[in-house]
Amino acid sequence: MSNLIEIRWHGRGGQGAKTASLLLADAAFNTGKYIQGFPEYGPERMGAPITAYNRISDDPITIHSNIYEPDFVVVVDDSLLESVDVTAGLKNTGAIVINTTKSADYLKSVLKGYSGSIYTIDARKVSMETLGKYFPNTPMLAAIVKVSGIMSDEDFVKDMEGSFKHKFAKKPEVIDGNMKAIELALKEVKKI
Amino acid sequence: MSIRERLSGNEASATAMKQINPDVVAAFPITPSTEIPQYFSTFVANGTVDTEFVAVESEHSAMSACIGAEAAGSRAMTATSANGLSLMWEMIYIASSLRLPIVMSLVNRAVSGPLNIHNDHSDAMGVRDSGWIMMFSENNQEAYDNLLMAHRIAEHKDVMLPLMVCQDGFITSHSIENIMLEEDSEVKKFVGTYKPEHYLLNRKEPIAIGPLDVQPYLFEHKAQQADAMRASKQVILDVAKDFEAWTGRKYGLFEEYKLDDAELAIVCVNSTAGTTKFVVDKLREQGIKAGLLKLRVYRPFPGEEISKALAHVKAVAVLDKSDSLNSAGGAIFTDITSSFQVHRVNVPTINYIYGIGGRDTKADDIESVYKDLEYVAKTGDLGIPYRYLGLRR
Repeated sequence: MSNLIEIRWHGRGGQGAKTASLLLADAAFNTGKYIQGFPEYGPERMGAPITAYNRISDDPITIHSNIYEPDFVVVVDDSLLESVDVTAGLKNTGAIVINTTKSADYLKSVLKGYSGSIYTIDARKVSMETLGKYFPNTPMLAAIVKVSGIMSDEDFVKDMEGSFKHKFAKKPEVIDGNMKAIELALKEVKKI
Repeated sequence: MSIRERLSGNEASATAMKQINPDVVAAFPITPSTEIPQYFSTFVANGTVDTEFVAVESEHSAMSACIGAEAAGSRAMTATSANGLSLMWEMIYIASSLRLPIVMSLVNRAVSGPLNIHNDHSDAMGVRDSGWIMMFSENNQEAYDNLLMAHRIAEHKDVMLPLMVCQDGFITSHSIENIMLEEDSEVKKFVGTYKPEHYLLNRKEPIAIGPLDVQPYLFEHKAQQADAMRASKQVILDVAKDFEAWTGRKYGLFEEYKLDDAELAIVCVNSTAGTTKFVVDKLREQGIKAGLLKLRVYRPFPGEEISKALAHVKAVAVLDKSDSLNSAGGAIFTDITSSFQVHRVNVPTINYIYGIGGRDTKADDIESVYKDLEYVAKTGDLGIPYRYLGLRR
């Protein structure tokens, strides 16, 4: 299982972190991988901190626990940085991707000396420009695909088009905006 | 041709039910099994199945409706969890004693209280002596496969007992994972049509079901239930053989994972078995002879077969995700140690109560059990045989 990639999502209830983790599982599945996508169910309510997980591997995955030493962490809401230990167990060889406009100095200070790579993206800007509303999960999904290199941008874009057509069969008007959000997010994610 | 898919455990169970297309489904929603009747009611609304869906007002009524439907001569299914099963309690015994092969999907969750919606096995272990066949599932694939085999087992003329297929609430019920599905037409062919021998709606044979059964009869009827449970073991194996010929997926009463030459063995059920496999692989790389016995069929209890499979190891740990609160060990532990005694197997065996109320069971936890077993095997010192894993205090 040396090719196993483990990802942990931190978000707030209602922001779609769980949905994003399931979409990521879908996309990886479609490239032929073995996948797991699961949220950690707590006493959920809108705005409460939530965690979701992905495992992606070339081999069958048998482990069924939460993820304690992730390769990648995605933070969908930067207000969590001061209340949740988002880098707990995060491998130094991995990376964290944060939806934020905060300064590099601030991020370094709240990440308590995390020595791996730190990536940021302004998912609010991407979402407002492409969807006209604030849905951070689609841009963050694109950001983690870019950072983790689970699949090529091309494969991912092609796959998401199919997924959105299926997922939004009853709301086709949102497909274009979501695709634009993906394409823009792939460009906007930056390493600090 | 099998179909490569990705589904949650609940989606997999609902898909199996869709393909089985039973005559009646009666259910009341309860976390974490709610999605099963939810998805299934969509299939009913869309006309994908022609099942009569009974949206009852409680789980007691759900089981009662299944009993009525099966007694009438039809095939009935339901799904529930934890307190839903508790509320069915009275009817659970009625179903098995009337020899009605109802099939239930039980998505395991802690029975209150205090209130907890997360996974443990206290719901299943509470009905372990109710005369239902009980099968456990490591993942979505097994939840699906076990349901596809369920009716063939339950409705077999030597059996005629209700059957429940368990899986871990949230851990597998709400996790999206890879799965191989079978074609609708193939499932239909494998499951077959239910042709009951005796049923209420048979005008040519008027019968009564469930009348008063007093001193001269109840004992014999209970012995017949026990006979049927004993007979079901061979039927479970025969159906598994047919299933393997069809799908290539092999099942037995339990799965032996690297157990042949193992010195240290863990026994457990459901999703923890998957985590244990991960740890066994890791320990094997370090030269530690770890193995796993994953129980699939818990009722009937394959005590003789388990005793044989474990007789050669140096130490065994039985993991129970439900505490019997009896100062003597969890349900699976006491079943296994009692079988050891009966079948003259003398292997040091310890018990761990773990994962209560959804406490996450990490690979490190499982590894610590194998480390404990190494000590027990080396010294023969059992220490405290009745332990906790992952408890804070």
